[in-house]
Amino acid sequence: MSSSRPTDLTALRAAAAEPGRAWRSLDELAGGEEMRELLEREFPAAAAEWIDAVSRRRFLELMGASLALAGLGGCTKQPEEKIVPYVQPAEDVVPGKPLFFASAFTLSGVATGVLVESHMGRPTKIEGNPSHPSSLGGTDPFTQASVLGFWDPDRAQTLTYLGRIRPWSAFVESIGASIAAQGAKRGGGLRVLTETVTSPTLARQLRELLEKYPAAKWHQYEPAGQNGARVGSRLAFGEFVDTQYRIPAARVLLSIDADFLACGPASLRYSRDFAAARRVEAGRAEMNRLYVVEPSPTNTGAMADHRLALRPSEVEAFTRLLASRLGVPIDAGDAAARLKAHERWIDVVTRDLQASRGASLVIAGETQPPAVHALAHAMNHYLENVGRTVVHTEPIEANPTDQLASIAELAGDMEAGRVDLLVIVGANPVFHAPADLEFAKRMQKVPVRVQLSLSDDETTPLCHWHVPEAHPLEAWSDARSFDGTATVLQPLIAPLYEGKSAHEVIAALAGDARASGYELVRETWRAQAPAGEEFDAFWRRSVHDGVVAGTALGPKAVSLRSGEFHRYAAAAAPRAESAGSLEVALRTDPTIYDGRFANNSWLQELPKPITQLTWDNAVLVGPETADRLGVTAGDVVELRAGGRSVEGPVWVLPGQAAGSATIHYGYGRRRSGRVGTGAGFDPLPLRTTQAQTFVSGVEVRKTERRYELACAQGHWSMEGRPLARSGTLGEFRENPDFAKHQGPPAPDRDLTLYPNYEYRGYAWGMAIDLNACVGCNACVVACQAENNIPVVGKEQVLRGREMHWIRLDRYFEGELDRPRVLFQPVPCMHCENAPCEPVCPVGATVHSHEGLNDMVYNRCVGTRYCQNNCPYKVRRFNFLLYSDWTTDSVKGVRNPDVTVRSRGVMEKCTYCVQRINAGKIQSEKEDRRVVDGEIRTACQQACPADAITFGDVNDRESRVAQLKGDPREYAILAELNTRPRTTYLARLRNPHPELAAIEGAGRTGEPARGERSRG
Amino acid sequence: MPQIFHRSTNTLARLSIFGAIFVIGLLSWVGAEINRSSYVTQARVARRQPVPFSHRHHVGGIGIDCRYCHASVETSAVAGIPPTKTCMKCHSQIWADSPTLEPVRESFRSGKSLAWTRVHDLPDFVYFDHSIHVNKGVGCVTCHGRVDQMPLTWQENSLQMEWCLNCHRHPERYVRPRDKVFDMEWEPEEDPLALGLRLVRDYRIQRLDSCSTCHR
Repeated sequence: MSSSRPTDLTALRAAAAEPGRAWRSLDELAGGEEMRELLEREFPAAAAEWIDAVSRRRFLELMGASLALAGLGGCTKQPEEKIVPYVQPAEDVVPGKPLFFASAFTLSGVATGVLVESHMGRPTKIEGNPSHPSSLGGTDPFTQASVLGFWDPDRAQTLTYLGRIRPWSAFVESIGASIAAQGAKRGGGLRVLTETVTSPTLARQLRELLEKYPAAKWHQYEPAGQNGARVGSRLAFGEFVDTQYRIPAARVLLSIDADFLACGPASLRYSRDFAAARRVEAGRAEMNRLYVVEPSPTNTGAMADHRLALRPSEVEAFTRLLASRLGVPIDAGDAAARLKAHERWIDVVTRDLQASRGASLVIAGETQPPAVHALAHAMNHYLENVGRTVVHTEPIEANPTDQLASIAELAGDMEAGRVDLLVIVGANPVFHAPADLEFAKRMQKVPVRVQLSLSDDETTPLCHWHVPEAHPLEAWSDARSFDGTATVLQPLIAPLYEGKSAHEVIAALAGDARASGYELVRETWRAQAPAGEEFDAFWRRSVHDGVVAGTALGPKAVSLRSGEFHRYAAAAAPRAESAGSLEVALRTDPTIYDGRFANNSWLQELPKPITQLTWDNAVLVGPETADRLGVTAGDVVELRAGGRSVEGPVWVLPGQAAGSATIHYGYGRRRSGRVGTGAGFDPLPLRTTQAQTFVSGVEVRKTERRYELACAQGHWSMEGRPLARSGTLGEFRENPDFAKHQGPPAPDRDLTLYPNYEYRGYAWGMAIDLNACVGCNACVVACQAENNIPVVGKEQVLRGREMHWIRLDRYFEGELDRPRVLFQPVPCMHCENAPCEPVCPVGATVHSHEGLNDMVYNRCVGTRYCQNNCPYKVRRFNFLLYSDWTTDSVKGVRNPDVTVRSRGVMEKCTYCVQRINAGKIQSEKEDRRVVDGEIRTACQQACPADAITFGDVNDRESRVAQLKGDPREYAILAELNTRPRTTYLARLRNPHPELAAIEGAGRTGEPARGERSRG
Repeated sequence: MPQIFHRSTNTLARLSIFGAIFVIGLLSWVGAEINRSSYVTQARVARRQPVPFSHRHHVGGIGIDCRYCHASVETSAVAGIPPTKTCMKCHSQIWADSPTLEPVRESFRSGKSLAWTRVHDLPDFVYFDHSIHVNKGVGCVTCHGRVDQMPLTWQENSLQMEWCLNCHRHPERYVRPRDKVFDMEWEPEEDPLALGLRLVRDYRIQRLDSCSTCHR
């Protein structure tokens, strides 16, 4: 919603509720001028014209000059190039062939196994490690983009003392003196602050340090970690335990504000399991049922069969009420009265859970308070799910602790002057610590402050020493994944700058400044080699495989302490809301997480799955709340709570619980780099130790200012046609090919003037299962990394010029206040009758013999006729020189197998033709055909849910050919006779019959359906 | 009103109109010829190198196999330029004091690579793969010419797209048995076209002229 007109809620509601209508934005519903323009013109007005600061006259001058020189362009000789071979050949390196190394990507301390692609020693791309339990070959956007973080030109490059460059030896000497002074106090003044640590080596080092200095303290704080879950487990069981879910075993799932498909250490695994459990093919027509309760729409909420939007404080009441209904002996208090409106919903969920005793699952979200986690544990216990769908294990963390208490204790010690030496490893507490701790102020009472971090951040200027951290791609380390499986992280390249790993810095603290990360990590694992195996063989195998065999944690028997959580839950009952104020939920950002990826331009420009915003965060409010507050999207509001205030722009998000707002934090970085500094606004001043994940009683005041948000949701829109199709499981059972009838039929194959081309060899095609896609965006970033796709910046996104070759369309359908959400990834369709081809005057886009719609950059002169004629709007034009041709370090990330496009050139999805060619060449050399699954596109490989399948449709046995024969398969805009090679499998929902009746069931089967088909 | 132009101007006008066709044609022909000339393509122009390496001596004279130095030609897109160590395997023993080879020894001592001038330089939007050509029976000589007779290396052919397409459209005219790929002096003993057609069938050689075969 980008216009400043007041919203007419009644009209919008009526428009949204039109049967069978799927919509992408409120503007589209309102049918405003701007929206029409987007639909008809593809780009907003004047986006295609030159209206920059450069004057028209200057532009004409330049044009004249370039025209005069244009004719000579073809006569230039190629500049001389040099070939620089090795002096000593590197082991295993064959020039022109990439190598893959197993390692791990860690987020909030927890590992995801990856395979890193290396071209002549350059890490260029990250893929999931198929033999790693949390990845299984899939990745998330953070993992995909972390390789750009490695080449980030704004990484800290030198060791500094008070901003002056110093050598490592000076640091070692100085820190040695500070530590020596601690000897007498047994380390009483030494504090180490880390993020969550699962690394066995780092844990061992810190424990040894604490043995040497028993009075020193190790603090951990992570703004976005699992603190609620951690403390909740202690509340429920009296000790810290980890919880894993066995999604395939569950028939009924309830998520209590748990975005388990997109967030958290096991989300990749759960996405895979969830999609597999709902895969309806080869005669199987069973699906689990997912209920989601949450304040703000998430990816998991979008996958729900039933979603209930509740204010953050109501979520806790809901949990108490449900727990008491399920037999957990607690007092629900006034919860029933507060949730009276949802009585029926809660009743159905209760019965559905009870009916699936032992095969149900209650999952509490990481942002939920400990009490909710404890109640979720209790519910799973009473539903007899433990051991079946829920498994408890020992914690994977080396030293689980209540991190909120930990950082508060540190702040208290600093205030009291008890800290002489503060060593911050990897964390950015000045930005992230709860506002009421006044960390920045208290920190300055510490005489010596040291920070190890990847980049110069908010904490850096307040530290004496700053040590640049070695990126995980350039240092040895280890970490554990959600199930305990350990991975040894191996470096692919020597540190680009003077980076040191956490292991080396802690070793220096302990007095061993010469210890190498390699030896430190090996030391930890030396004792772990299985009996009868030599350590070196064990080590090589573990490093090579990316998993250390046998390190997964086994189930642990725990018993519920019912008395405790009863008391706790009662105490946690939140106060009621006063009118005029909001409850504000604070969440990590779907693309830049807690702000640590703020300087990653791939992630900044990635449209957030639900809001489709780029480059900014916003105060997300529902249409009703916006109406009540008198604000529209783009209005800047001031939010005030507890004497602190922040200002940010509003975004109207259907599905947001009334009376609540959600703000993604991580934006508003004050020191991040050329990309991240200044993007968005920082809501963290509202966050205190008392209000970690939501703030109650926030006063809202509308300011007079407006702020332009770059939202991609209206871009590349294909009008109100039935593109993303869905139905219910019941409909599917009755009429399996329902999706084919939701749109106009495709014309007869022979209805053509020209004879059909016969594809004799390979015929590449793709099938995308909308029932599996969780909308995580990994495909978009994977494509960007694989195909050297540039970022364009907020200004250009506002003009609709983003370059992503695959976009993830998000559709709403149903009621305005509680819409259902559908995701639809849209790459190039590779139409057999491609409308883009005949209109190109220079033959720059032509068809290959295998059915690929080729784009020939060197022929393209940029007429954009093809873009104009593409009904799917998948072609992207380089309006300006978007690729960075000047920053040296960014060149390192480029895929050498794909052209780096310049300005004036059209580009689009190629089905990763470089991978197709590589696969074909390999098979031809081995004198065989390409095996199904041998060639995988980047999007397919990244997809954690296996939603994308690519292959040879001429091969009847191939998976893609089988999916194309699935009854749910349909092509979008098939009526145009484009014969797209990319087709879709319709989304299915499995609503509870009783709730379906009151909510208005799936979109099909309703009286007005036939009418829509005609549209 | 008197005539301004004499009657003969009509002839001149006609001449220039029809003449223009020839002039434009001539200019186009000249342009095309320039574009195909060695001036633009650098074909048959020997390049200056840090060490005047002679293929005539090493290949023609001593008989070293191509793959001794260009080791990845059968497996990778690039044939590979040998590391300094490959040179030093022999030249630590023979011609070990030659002043001509000082840059090689210097590179080996210092660890700093030799910087050779690229002789065969395809445009950056072209993705050529040596391994598949070699495996399908395209001989080194077919593209690179008689390297064994080149004192300093030059590029034998234009490397322009029309030249590539000659073979991509009619591979039977150019392929040879796989075991003769590295043979500099091979001549077919039978009818070249019949052999070519047989090899195209046996090796399952395709006529690949889709743009994305080379451009992506």
